[in-house]
Amino acid sequence: MLAYIVRRTLYAIPILVGINLITFALFFLVNTPDDVARMQLGVKRVTPEAIQKWKAEHGYDRPLLWNGTAPGAGKFTDTLFFRKSVKLFVLDFGSAEADNRDIASEIRARMGPSLALAIPVFLVGLAVNITFALGMAFFRATYLDFWGVILCVAMMSISSLFYIIGGQFLISKLWHLVPISGYAGGLDAVKFLVLPVLIGVVGGIGAGSRWYRTLFLEEMGKDYVRTARAKGLAESAVLFRHVLQNALIPILTGVVVVIPLLFMGSLITESFFGIPGLGSYTIDAIQAQDFAVVRAMVFIGSVLYIVGLLLTDISYTLVDPRVRLA
Amino acid sequence: MPVLLATDVLIWLLVAAVAAFAWHSRRRPHLAAPWARVFRSRAAVASAVLLGAFVGVGLLDSLHYRPRLPAANPAEPAAYAVEVRSALDAALTPLRTRLEKTYSAPLATRLFQKETVERPDGTTIREFPRLAHGGAHLGDEADRGGDVALRALAGLAGATVLWALLVLAGRRTLVRRWPRVPWGAAAATVGAILALAGPAAALATGYHVLGTNQVGQDVLYQALKSIRTSLVIGTLTTLVLLPLGIAAGVAAGYFRGWVDDAIQYLYTTLNSIPGVLLIAAAVLMIQVLIDTHPDTFQTAAQRADMRLLALCAILGLTSWTGLARLLRGESLKLSELEYIQAAHAFGVSHTRILARHILPNVAHIVIISLVLDFSGFVLAEAVLSYVGVGVDPSTISFGTMINAARLEMAREPMVWWSLAAAFCFMFTLVLAANLFADAVRDGFDPRVRV
Repeated sequence: MLAYIVRRTLYAIPILVGINLITFALFFLVNTPDDVARMQLGVKRVTPEAIQKWKAEHGYDRPLLWNGTAPGAGKFTDTLFFRKSVKLFVLDFGSAEADNRDIASEIRARMGPSLALAIPVFLVGLAVNITFALGMAFFRATYLDFWGVILCVAMMSISSLFYIIGGQFLISKLWHLVPISGYAGGLDAVKFLVLPVLIGVVGGIGAGSRWYRTLFLEEMGKDYVRTARAKGLAESAVLFRHVLQNALIPILTGVVVVIPLLFMGSLITESFFGIPGLGSYTIDAIQAQDFAVVRAMVFIGSVLYIVGLLLTDISYTLVDPRVRLA
Repeated sequence: MPVLLATDVLIWLLVAAVAAFAWHSRRRPHLAAPWARVFRSRAAVASAVLLGAFVGVGLLDSLHYRPRLPAANPAEPAAYAVEVRSALDAALTPLRTRLEKTYSAPLATRLFQKETVERPDGTTIREFPRLAHGGAHLGDEADRGGDVALRALAGLAGATVLWALLVLAGRRTLVRRWPRVPWGAAAATVGAILALAGPAAALATGYHVLGTNQVGQDVLYQALKSIRTSLVIGTLTTLVLLPLGIAAGVAAGYFRGWVDDAIQYLYTTLNSIPGVLLIAAAVLMIQVLIDTHPDTFQTAAQRADMRLLALCAILGLTSWTGLARLLRGESLKLSELEYIQAAHAFGVSHTRILARHILPNVAHIVIISLVLDFSGFVLAEAVLSYVGVGVDPSTISFGTMINAARLEMAREPMVWWSLAAAFCFMFTLVLAANLFADAVRDGFDPRVRV
């Protein structure tokens, strides 16, 4: 088991290197730092001196990949690639381009609010979706199932933006139940989080329940289910004791991989509700064209995804005794 | 002077390709049979009619030209306006040109905001001024209710006549040709579309049916223009996605070995990067590229069009991995089968095996995932435009409409019509696409066949 984890972690290294190269190519080769500087300073009135000054201030005044003038190891380390991309591996993100604030400390401060929103959405959403899907599978091929699926497709067809706007309008503006947006520390956060969580859950029901329903129905077509019915088990016992447990494997494939990504927060929800998490941080960075922050978030997201893949494989051994990792 | 924007060219090429494919599969039972199965479902027929209506509007909006300026001297060579218009713009000229000052509610005769108006006797008063165009033909505003009802009824009557003619024409041609298709559903859908479009068209001659937005543009016009953007995003993305996904997936599954390793590495890497962030990063880079090279584009329309195309390319580049993974699994399975082994034994070349034996047998996966992806791309556009990495702000799209309308909900009294219009159009489009995709999946997936 441990050997497997170590091997998988080693496998992750080439992938991380690839991600690093892609982001480097995207951020430095497609557009030179000069272009970025011109962008940040405003395209119109910009002098070569101003560009040089900006580049020096933000550490962009170095060659891309190879510094021939620097002594010793500096030939490699005193380059943009090393300073801006390789340093991400040791979680050294540098500081934001717009306001020079330290990215790492900003991320630490914003992780809490992000998780406070993402974890309830994830857990409640999972429970609600599986419940709905089990219900539809239980009443399969009846009108209840038929209309359930139609409802799911209709709910899938509504943009997430409308769920947020509609929820804010109905619950905050019309009924005045919770504040429309904002955030507070401690227990006060609850009243700010109820609505985003509710919207996150409702917005996910359509696609989620339909997906789980398909999984359950696929599982119910298998031979062991027929056997279970043949020996006279009640339909509910078949569904809960046999189908649900066996459907856990495909469910885990989709679910475990997103758990680490919960750290990233949800871009849209956080920015609509003014929750100071990592999602709104990323959006602000995108809108301010702050490439240092975007680069850091891309890297963190990728690492978390790879962690998720690893967790998925490990979780298989927990639910499926046939899977042995070696 | 006709103008060919890059997206226009690609759209018409796509239409030609789809037509060619339809013609090609007409006489081939293995290709025609799944489609026949698809069109036996009522939901599929109804959603196909709806999608057809959207595509019609979109195609009309893809015929661009630059209007000729009135020449002062007939001997001079004709001069053309810088502004690029489409056939849809020309058809909707009254909607496009009749601008108000700012917000006005649907079918309103007065502006939504109070303004200081000078009266004939010299005194000033703050009131809701009459609209420049909406209901301007009414002498007395009290007549509005009657006028609206009359126009709506006239529109409905016209729609009914048109519908009856279409149904009669369809009976003689379509129904005879394909008797097993549930034409009732098609007729009902056409009827529903006409029942909405007829009164809307009749009312649009005198009012702003869906109101006007902050700068006084007609919301109905904007919603209709958004359709093309959505369709472009939903379809052109597949032009990038398809070749990459098919080539990578089939090659990985068929050749295995290091090819498989390399392709798997590539798509795991791309998949690891959070989708929105990768798209955002790429769009930001394209934006810098466009901004630093302003002289490459003649008109603003071309610049916006290039950004739309870039967005499609980026969406395609980041989303081929799903299709590739599906195709890899399927080709792995196929290349084990006896008839492929036999082909190897006969010395058939790799290209021939791929083209004749593998590709046709994975075609159903390609078609299913194409149709399933469409609605995802349409929804993604709205979110990306909200984040600020979607289409150019000057391009009319559901995303930009929602983005502009976001703050209107906070106004008191609320401005709801812009959002409501975007919601209705987008919901109908995506719902139709989703229902159609479901039917296509049921028709093509060999596992579903009973």
